[in-house]
Amino acid sequence: MQSLARRFSSQISSNARLFSTSTVALQATPVQKSVMNKEFKIYRWNPDEPSKKPTLQSYTIDLNQTGPMVLDALIKIKNEIDPTLTFRRSCREGICGSCAMNINGQNTLACLCRIDRNTSKDSKIYPLPHMYIVKDLVPDLTYFYKQYKSIQPYLQNDNPPEKGEFLQSQEDRKKLDGLYECILCACCSTSCPSYWWNQDEYLGPATLMQAYRWIADSRDSYGEARKEKLQNEMSLYRCHTIFNCSRTCPKGLNPAAAIAKIKLELATE
Amino acid sequence: MMLTRAVGLGPALRQAAFAPRLVRSQVVGRSLIAKRNVQIQSLPSTASVEILNKQRLKRPNSPHATIYQPQLPWITSIANRITGAGLSVLLYGFSLAYLVAPGTFDSTHIIEFVAGLPEVVKFAGKTILAAPFAYHSWNGVRHLVWDSTTKFLSVKGVYNTGYAMLGLTCLSTIVLVFM
Repeated sequence: MQSLARRFSSQISSNARLFSTSTVALQATPVQKSVMNKEFKIYRWNPDEPSKKPTLQSYTIDLNQTGPMVLDALIKIKNEIDPTLTFRRSCREGICGSCAMNINGQNTLACLCRIDRNTSKDSKIYPLPHMYIVKDLVPDLTYFYKQYKSIQPYLQNDNPPEKGEFLQSQEDRKKLDGLYECILCACCSTSCPSYWWNQDEYLGPATLMQAYRWIADSRDSYGEARKEKLQNEMSLYRCHTIFNCSRTCPKGLNPAAAIAKIKLELATE
Repeated sequence: MMLTRAVGLGPALRQAAFAPRLVRSQVVGRSLIAKRNVQIQSLPSTASVEILNKQRLKRPNSPHATIYQPQLPWITSIANRITGAGLSVLLYGFSLAYLVAPGTFDSTHIIEFVAGLPEVVKFAGKTILAAPFAYHSWNGVRHLVWDSTTKFLSVKGVYNTGYAMLGLTCLSTIVLVFM
C-alpha cells in the first residue's frame, strides 16, 4: 500500500507540473459575475413597539452573491443588511421544519424554496398565515403543539407482547408510509381556511394526519378511543376537503386524504 | 504561551504587542468609554410569565386570505359555498315570498312576467340562474365521490376533477340556457 502511494506520487511529480507552481499569468482569471439585484419584501413587526402596525420592509440583494434558496437570501439580509430581521431556521435541508413561512403566497419551507430568478418581480415573504406573531417571521406555535399533544401521538396498547417487540406485517407497515414523514412545520394547517376561522376547536390537517397515523397503526389498540374523540362537530368535521394542505405540503404528503379516510371510517363503522 | 493560548488571549496579546504605542492607548481608552451604558433590571423568574402574557395580548394576527396565492383547490371550494348560499337564498326567499303573498308569487304570474321581458334579459337571467346551479351540482358530485370512495384524493386528482367539473359546468350551463 505504501509503495503504491509512493509510486503514484512520484509519477505525478515527473509527468505534470503542480498547479501551485505554474505562473500567475498562465492561470485563468476568475470570471466577474454580473450584478443581479432582486427585491425582497419582508413582513416586519417588532414586539418592543407593539403600537406600530406590521409593515413590509424592502431589501435588495445581489442574487449572484447569494445561495439558491430563499433561506440563503434571508440569512444574507440578516448578516449583511439588517441584523434585526428575525426568523426561525435550523437544519437548512427541509428536515426540521423551522423555516416554514409564506413565500410569494404559498406556505413552504424557506430552505426548500428556490429564489425566483426573475428580477423584475419582487419576492414577498410573510409569516405563516392567520397566526399570532411573536416577531417578524416568527409565529406563535404554542397552540398548534398543544393540539398535536391532545391526540396522544404515541403508541398505546394494553397488551404488549410477552417477549420482544410488537410485530407488524409488511402490508400493515406500508399503511404508515406518507404519514410518519410529517415534520410538523405547520405549513398545511396554516394554509387551511377552515383552520384560519376555527383554530380554537378544529384540529387542523397536520394534527389530524398524525391522529390517523396512530389509528392506522396495527400495533396500536386504542383506535376506537381515538376515533371517539374526533366524533364531534368541530375537531374533524370542519375539514371541507379544500385541499390547500396537500397542495402546499413541502414534504409532498397528503393530509387531506388522511382526513378523508378518518371521515370514511367514522361514517362506516 | 501555553497558558495564554488556553485562555484564548493569544491573538489579543499579539495584536497589542505589535500595535504602535499611540494606537494601543487609543484602543484602551475607547474600550473604557464604550463600556455599555445599559441599566440591567433584575426580575424574579416568576415575572417572565407575566411579561409573556402581556406581550401575547398585543401580538398581531398575520395576514391570510388576502396574501394567499389564488389556487384552484380553495377557489373552487369558496365558489361552492357562495353558489350554495345564493341558491339557498333564492329557494328560501321564493318560498317565503309565496307564503306571504301567494297571489303575486305563484307560477302563473312569474311565467307571465318573464314572457314579457326582452330576449337579452331572458338569456342573461337564465345564465345567472343556471351557472351557479350547474356549478354547485357538479362540485357536489365531486365531493360525494371523494367522501364515499376516497378516490382522486391527491393534488393531481383535485386538479383533474376540478377541471372536469368546470368543463361540465360550462356545458350544462349552455344546455340549460338554450333549453
